[in-house]
Amino acid sequence: MTSVAVNKVAPGPSRARRWLSGFRERETWVAYLFIFPWIFGLVVLTVGPMLFSLYYSFTNYGLQQIAGIEPTKGVGFKNYNALLDDPKITSSLKNTFTYTVMMVPGKIVFALLLAMLLMRAGRAAGAFRTIFYVPHITPPVAIGVMLIFLFNGQVGIVNRGLGLIGIQGPYWTTDPHWIKVSIVLMDIWACGGTMVILLAALYGVPQHLYEAAAMDGAPAWRRFKDITLPMISPALFFCFIILTLAGLQQFTQAYTAFYGAGGTQPEAALFYSIYLFRQAFEFFNMGFASAMAWLLFAISMVVTLVNIGVSRRFVFYQGSAR
Amino acid sequence: MTRGGQETLPTVTAGAAQPLPTVTEARRRWRPRLPSSWPRKLVIVLLLVGLSILFLYPFEWLAAAAFKPRGETFDNTFLPHNWTWNFSGKYVPSPAPQKLFAIPDAAVGHWMWNSVWISCLGAALTTFTSAMVAFAFAYFRFPLRNFFFGVLLATMMLPGEVTMIPVYLLWNEVGKFTMDHSVLPHIGTNTQYPLWVPNAFGSAFYIFLQRQFFMGIPRDYFEAARMDGDSYFSMFRRIALPLAKPALIVTFIFEIQAKWFDLLTPLIYLRDQTLFTAPLGMKILFDRFNNVGGGEGDFQVIMAGTLLLVLPMVILFGAFQKYFIRGIAVQGRKG
Repeated sequence: MTSVAVNKVAPGPSRARRWLSGFRERETWVAYLFIFPWIFGLVVLTVGPMLFSLYYSFTNYGLQQIAGIEPTKGVGFKNYNALLDDPKITSSLKNTFTYTVMMVPGKIVFALLLAMLLMRAGRAAGAFRTIFYVPHITPPVAIGVMLIFLFNGQVGIVNRGLGLIGIQGPYWTTDPHWIKVSIVLMDIWACGGTMVILLAALYGVPQHLYEAAAMDGAPAWRRFKDITLPMISPALFFCFIILTLAGLQQFTQAYTAFYGAGGTQPEAALFYSIYLFRQAFEFFNMGFASAMAWLLFAISMVVTLVNIGVSRRFVFYQGSAR
Repeated sequence: MTRGGQETLPTVTAGAAQPLPTVTEARRRWRPRLPSSWPRKLVIVLLLVGLSILFLYPFEWLAAAAFKPRGETFDNTFLPHNWTWNFSGKYVPSPAPQKLFAIPDAAVGHWMWNSVWISCLGAALTTFTSAMVAFAFAYFRFPLRNFFFGVLLATMMLPGEVTMIPVYLLWNEVGKFTMDHSVLPHIGTNTQYPLWVPNAFGSAFYIFLQRQFFMGIPRDYFEAARMDGDSYFSMFRRIALPLAKPALIVTFIFEIQAKWFDLLTPLIYLRDQTLFTAPLGMKILFDRFNNVGGGEGDFQVIMAGTLLLVLPMVILFGAFQKYFIRGIAVQGRKG
């Protein structure tokens, strides 16, 4: 009967009626049965917690409240005001931004260089690709541990290597100016994932474009700027978004290397996520930490939207109507 | 959820509905080749070899340091002068180096085993559930499908920090409840359930990845199975799953990797040392033997532990290299 109703063109049932009639189909219920696990997870582990987190951010929820000794009280915008007053919030945000601003371009540029080098590697490309990719599968905890020893100011191999070419390396892991640089350098070492994405994009650039450009006598850098970059811009943009979000959430490497019981806990390595973790699970200031989480969410959202807005001008989608 | 996510993501994904295209497949179109002039060839080969050394040297350094005795860890020789077996559990009288598997109150064997089974179980669960959900999004037409798919894409953008605290409190409540009812097994914080149970509900990223794959399977296959009298589920199991095997393998190994990388979740939930996973355990070892934390500076133990943490991933990568590279490459196709 539904099919008959749909086939009638002129008056027919309203759109809402037709839409509702979809729920009478058996297929609909089977489909909902299939996606039920995800919907359950969405409600219990994502949407519900988001609402609770928003609620907690306006309360004094903390250790006493978890234990049930004191009642939970609404405190209005006190937590959010405290965010503005806390100097550690400011410095951790600054750290996180500085790190992200260094890490994202560093990783993308280096990965692009590697990928373009591999494009010219002939038959050995596969083997070298594997080699460049391997650091990407190093667990972040291992990266954090290796960072401390490789970048050690006195005995680390990085400074030994620099010494060989006559440069006195800085005390990477203790000098506040160099701590974030050392984390970025380890990230660049592990740029294999980005490299493979960009490599796949480079393979997808049609060869005839280069041939046509060469015919017209375009120099190499013009071919790069006017063919390669526009053609791989979607992949570049994707990496940019993903890496920016990851950078804003940097936790594991920095925590392993500098926090916990065995770290020097320098202010320069206090990333936002680390401070959030400490507020929530070391000091149990759940209300304050929830407010922190929402600030991070807002920042990620704004950054992503700005990125997308900017990308409209630079990213070229093949086959899209323009 | 957020308007921005819903508006923009579908445009990002437009035109990407194809099964995992392989890198090798693309290479057939344009084989990378060496430049013809030999000086440029030489420069490229030298660059590649030099960079390879730079990329691999930290591993070599780590492996060598793991076999060096105490006090020689940082001599930076290519191979240890005096080989020691820093992993062995057998007690050797001092001043021999400390052994990884014989540290008091450090259940290294437990940590490794915990990580192995939690990774495998979690990855298996999320692979299956994500496949089910992805199949539903790819095959069925049902009301609110586009809405839910938009929500799914939006959740990929959500930082985990936002839900972290309430989810912890939820597990805490579950823990209190199961403690009060002694018939129930103890589930909650300071158990390993929070590490893998959420995997049973699928994961947005894998659902998205597999949906792309399922959409590449011709609809006729499913119609034919329906004609043969298959139920929807057996159609999913007999037709969709076997055809989607590459995507399932990618999901499985990516999730194993994600679990093996994860420090934050075990750090939040686990208190008892025997329950720890490998990354958390190695962090504890680092804290204990790094001289900053008041440890005695048994760096060779830290190095042995780190090597132990890295090795399974290297082996996994060696076995499934093709899928790692293909899975990563296909992520970029979204862009």
